[in-house]
Amino acid sequence: MKDHYDIAIIGTGPAGMAAATVASAHGADVLIVDEQPEVGGQIYRGITRQSIKDRTILGDDYYKGQNLAGAFAASNVDHVSGATVWQVSPEREIGISKDGAAHLLTADQVIIATGAQERPFPIPGWTLPGVMTAGSAQILLKSSGITFSNAVFVGTGPLLYLIAYQYLKAGVPIRAILDTTPKSNRLKALPHLPGALSHLGSIMKGWKWIKALKSSGTLFIEGIDDLKITGKNSTEAIEYLVQNKWHRIETSNVFLHQGVVPNVNLAMASGCVYHWNEQKLCWHASTDEWGSSNVPGISIAGDGGGIGGAIAAEYQGRITAYQALYTTNKIKKQERDINVLPTRHALAHEMRIRPFLDAMFRPAVQFRIPTDDATMVCRCEEVTAGKIRASVSLGCAGPNQLKSFTRCGMGPCQGRFCSLSVSELIAEARNISVNELEQLRLRPPVKPLMLAELANLSTFASEDT
Amino acid sequence: MHEIEMNPSPKVSIKFDGQTLQANEGETVAAALLRQTHLAFRTTAVTGTSRGPFCMMGICFDCLVEIDGVPNKQACMTYVENGMRVKRQLGAGDTGVFLSDEEDTQ
Repeated sequence: MKDHYDIAIIGTGPAGMAAATVASAHGADVLIVDEQPEVGGQIYRGITRQSIKDRTILGDDYYKGQNLAGAFAASNVDHVSGATVWQVSPEREIGISKDGAAHLLTADQVIIATGAQERPFPIPGWTLPGVMTAGSAQILLKSSGITFSNAVFVGTGPLLYLIAYQYLKAGVPIRAILDTTPKSNRLKALPHLPGALSHLGSIMKGWKWIKALKSSGTLFIEGIDDLKITGKNSTEAIEYLVQNKWHRIETSNVFLHQGVVPNVNLAMASGCVYHWNEQKLCWHASTDEWGSSNVPGISIAGDGGGIGGAIAAEYQGRITAYQALYTTNKIKKQERDINVLPTRHALAHEMRIRPFLDAMFRPAVQFRIPTDDATMVCRCEEVTAGKIRASVSLGCAGPNQLKSFTRCGMGPCQGRFCSLSVSELIAEARNISVNELEQLRLRPPVKPLMLAELANLSTFASEDT
Repeated sequence: MHEIEMNPSPKVSIKFDGQTLQANEGETVAAALLRQTHLAFRTTAVTGTSRGPFCMMGICFDCLVEIDGVPNKQACMTYVENGMRVKRQLGAGDTGVFLSDEEDTQ
């Protein structure tokens, strides 16, 4: 690690790897940092050391990540793995923690490529051990070949069907799939179908997964109106309401999923502006066509800015890298434009399916805003929906005031698993739109940091002398 | 747990609350414990209820355990090492009762 780089990239998922490969190929001095020991992000997790013998389990789309990882491995970049970036200041001072030591360095251009996370799924019992995200089921499969027999998969969206299909391919028995996709979504998605037809292959693939799951004899229930997970110290059962009747399935493992949303904490804490996207029901980075944010020198690429998927993230990584190269005088404007043009077309094509997916798998309101007041919203500080509603009735105007009322959002996850629910819940209680509400203010360090690490910062010491 | 055919991986052994278990080199502490169907990793600081891994990608902080005497370690972000001593974390971890190895194995 040096004190200064031309371009620093946070995250080694598809956006980060693509950006680093392009940037270094044009002579930039590039740093890339990631929390994991290996590249790939979550989508291509374990791609460089995949040890599952049967390649059909994870499928071709996963192994496509090998090309990206291969090109990245051949490029000349400083790759700092197993390290946490806890701040990017508006002056592009980057705080990194690795092996218990903190470092500060600077860069002319910073590309934030922090990817996606699961949307919160606040239902009764979602904090019980044994309840995990569908994404975590996939992480366990990709990174360690670990699966759970007789798990129940719950929710909506392509990733849910994909992981269930991967379980099916691997021969892992599934107890049930509880599909929460509102039936009314089909009609609302219909107007977006023509645009999505340019991705007929993807649509057919998704249809194939669902068809295979249904014809496998796995219990596949649609039209779920309400859910609760029960158990004393661990998951014992899931109960679901369908056509006004409650049913119960005993299980130790429940995998929840209702889409992914941008992992915004680092970029927001850097001062990057995000706005509420009502179609996607999450925050969306207010960036230009180059991925540049309102903060000079900081750009956002991939799902961390807005959900587009792995392929779109790769394209966005390339586009932001060319812009960063141009801004740091590594390439001329013409070279930037010529290189970016085909990628822009490919990106536009890739994004054409999103409005259809957003409408088709829009999560139902009762699974975003808990109706039962006893439901936990803030997992860290254990703040229930009822406590939040009570705070609003006492005059609490938004998520920042709610911290003083309840400590909601002040735990170690720093709002990652509550802020969307909180914003929607307060907006509903106040009868206003989320856009009219102030955003949860995020500040560095965006991940917990030991005081000793800060105290030993070498940069501070050298400034003193 | 359903076994999927994998290329063989070197094994390491770790201790979880005094009990020895085998893990694959290169996997996280959370994965190693989940492989043995341990689902509850800690109790919460506020109400003392049980929690276990939720996100497996380092953002939910529900898999916090004590590793080699250091509390509040993310099990899903820490990779197994031979001889590692992992303990369930009770409450906030900083003021919790830490069992010695002798007490541990009882």
